[in-house]
Amino acid sequence: MDSFSTNIQLVYVLAAACFVVGLHLMNSPATARRGNQVSIAGMVIAVLVTVVLLIHDGTVTGVGWTVIIVGALLGSVVGLHASRTVQMTAMPQLVSMFNAVGGGAAALVAVYGYLEAESRHGGGVLGSTTVFTVLDVLIGSVTFTGSLIAAGKLQGVITGQPVIFAGSRALNVALAVIAIGAAAFMLTTASLPALLVVVLAALAFGVLMVLPIGGADMPVVISLLNAFTGTAVAMAGFVIGNWALIVAGALVGASGGILTKLMADAMNRSLANIIIGGFGTGDALVASAVAGDAQIRAIAADDAAIQLAYASKVIIVPGYGLAAAQAQHGVAELAAVLESHGIEVSYAIHPVAGRMPGHMNVLLAEANVPYPQLKEMDEINPEFARTDVALVIGANDVTNPAARRPGSAISGMPILDVDQAKSIIVVKRSMGTGYAGIDNELYANPKTSMYFADAKKAVAELTAAVKTLVG
Amino acid sequence: MSTALVTDLTIFVLALLIGIEVIGKVPATLHTPLMSAANSIHGIVLVGAMLIGVSAHTVVGYVLAFVASFFAAANVVGGYAVTGRMLKMFRRKAQPTAAAGPTETGPKPVAASSEPNHRA
Repeated sequence: MDSFSTNIQLVYVLAAACFVVGLHLMNSPATARRGNQVSIAGMVIAVLVTVVLLIHDGTVTGVGWTVIIVGALLGSVVGLHASRTVQMTAMPQLVSMFNAVGGGAAALVAVYGYLEAESRHGGGVLGSTTVFTVLDVLIGSVTFTGSLIAAGKLQGVITGQPVIFAGSRALNVALAVIAIGAAAFMLTTASLPALLVVVLAALAFGVLMVLPIGGADMPVVISLLNAFTGTAVAMAGFVIGNWALIVAGALVGASGGILTKLMADAMNRSLANIIIGGFGTGDALVASAVAGDAQIRAIAADDAAIQLAYASKVIIVPGYGLAAAQAQHGVAELAAVLESHGIEVSYAIHPVAGRMPGHMNVLLAEANVPYPQLKEMDEINPEFARTDVALVIGANDVTNPAARRPGSAISGMPILDVDQAKSIIVVKRSMGTGYAGIDNELYANPKTSMYFADAKKAVAELTAAVKTLVG
Repeated sequence: MSTALVTDLTIFVLALLIGIEVIGKVPATLHTPLMSAANSIHGIVLVGAMLIGVSAHTVVGYVLAFVASFFAAANVVGGYAVTGRMLKMFRRKAQPTAAAGPTETGPKPVAASSEPNHRA
């Protein structure tokens, strides 16, 4: 290594250090913004030093410069536009799209790396990096199509229902065997056709891996694909011998892996169970009996408002239904009215509330809810017993006491102890079931009143009614 | 196995462990911004895409460099911008006026050198 390339590597190490520090600062909302800025600084350093390297190298053609600059500028414009216009409810789709392009870019880098080695040494080259090239192409391609399908499902472009056809599982296995087989062949006899087989089989596998997974499990899938992208980028780092890529990729792989595990634990399901199929995939579908014998008590806005206005402690339990109805701003207003009259208000956030880990927190933050009011499940559960009113808005399965005993589709899933509260108000559009397709026993609880309305309308009516009551 | 490869593998494994250590401490409140931040970080593949340019001199090479640069740049720029947008919303207190601003969202940055006697 001459001194120039040593210096360049050192600058890449500096960039990688910025990423680590940036992620570390994310451990508190107070420092998280600075963390993002440190991370941006690392990225700018890495890109600038690469420009220096390209200029120093002197082999980049005019067309090469044009292609890189125009490509990067166009990509920046598209990325910036998407990030400015995206609704916070659509964050998971955007993350998934970024996974797709990141994984795709990593795969392309490896494909080019192979082509370049082949043109230098002729066919059948076997370098120490072949294994990384193949892994990068494999993981990157699966991530590319898998993320596109995941985004399509979340956006509603592709049905959120699990898509299963006769022999789909066999086809999936066959594709995996072809992809891995071709990849293994590459290790003994490197050839371009074999690499293209890996690409195509992996692309098809990505589609078929995500199609059979239901919309409710998409958060876990996105998290997993995030880990995949990170791993693909690290592999690309091995291929081109760049430490910044290796470190950054490993960091992302670790974060994706941890979040995937947290999500799967919160749903009390193993990763294998989610990928192979669980809720709502034919055999596991639980026929939901109509709760004809259970007594459901329906109430109107005024009655609900009386309960809220005379409470001293209220816990709001938001679910995705709240976000889907864009009711988060209304909820924040209702909470503010209650608080201005000395009522203690906090929010109980289940780990899988929303469409990705921590999604509900972002949605409520957007509605100007201070983050100290957002309580995690373990923190808030002991407080329900001291709570006068638990206001459940658009959450279902995560409040179902059936999870506490065996024999139900959600048995063992950690839930919010909403049924411990002195009284419970459930805002819901209808008696429809949640993702698990089972009845919620909470609704038949004598302490529970059902307020049937769209979340946004309900919250607005509640706020108005509370205001007239407490003046 | 070459020394370079062993070095690369060492870096990879250590970075993985650092990642687990650092990310395990992030509270659930920030998991979405965290994922988004991690997302922008894997946009570092832009560097890889740019390095293709060093040896690209065929149409295939140019096309790969173009698509890879486009994808990676969208990843980096979009990822950081949306992470910043999300984090801007996290506040400790509800804001009565917009003027109360981000200065109140957290403790002032404590430069190690500026307040050396804090713990002494």
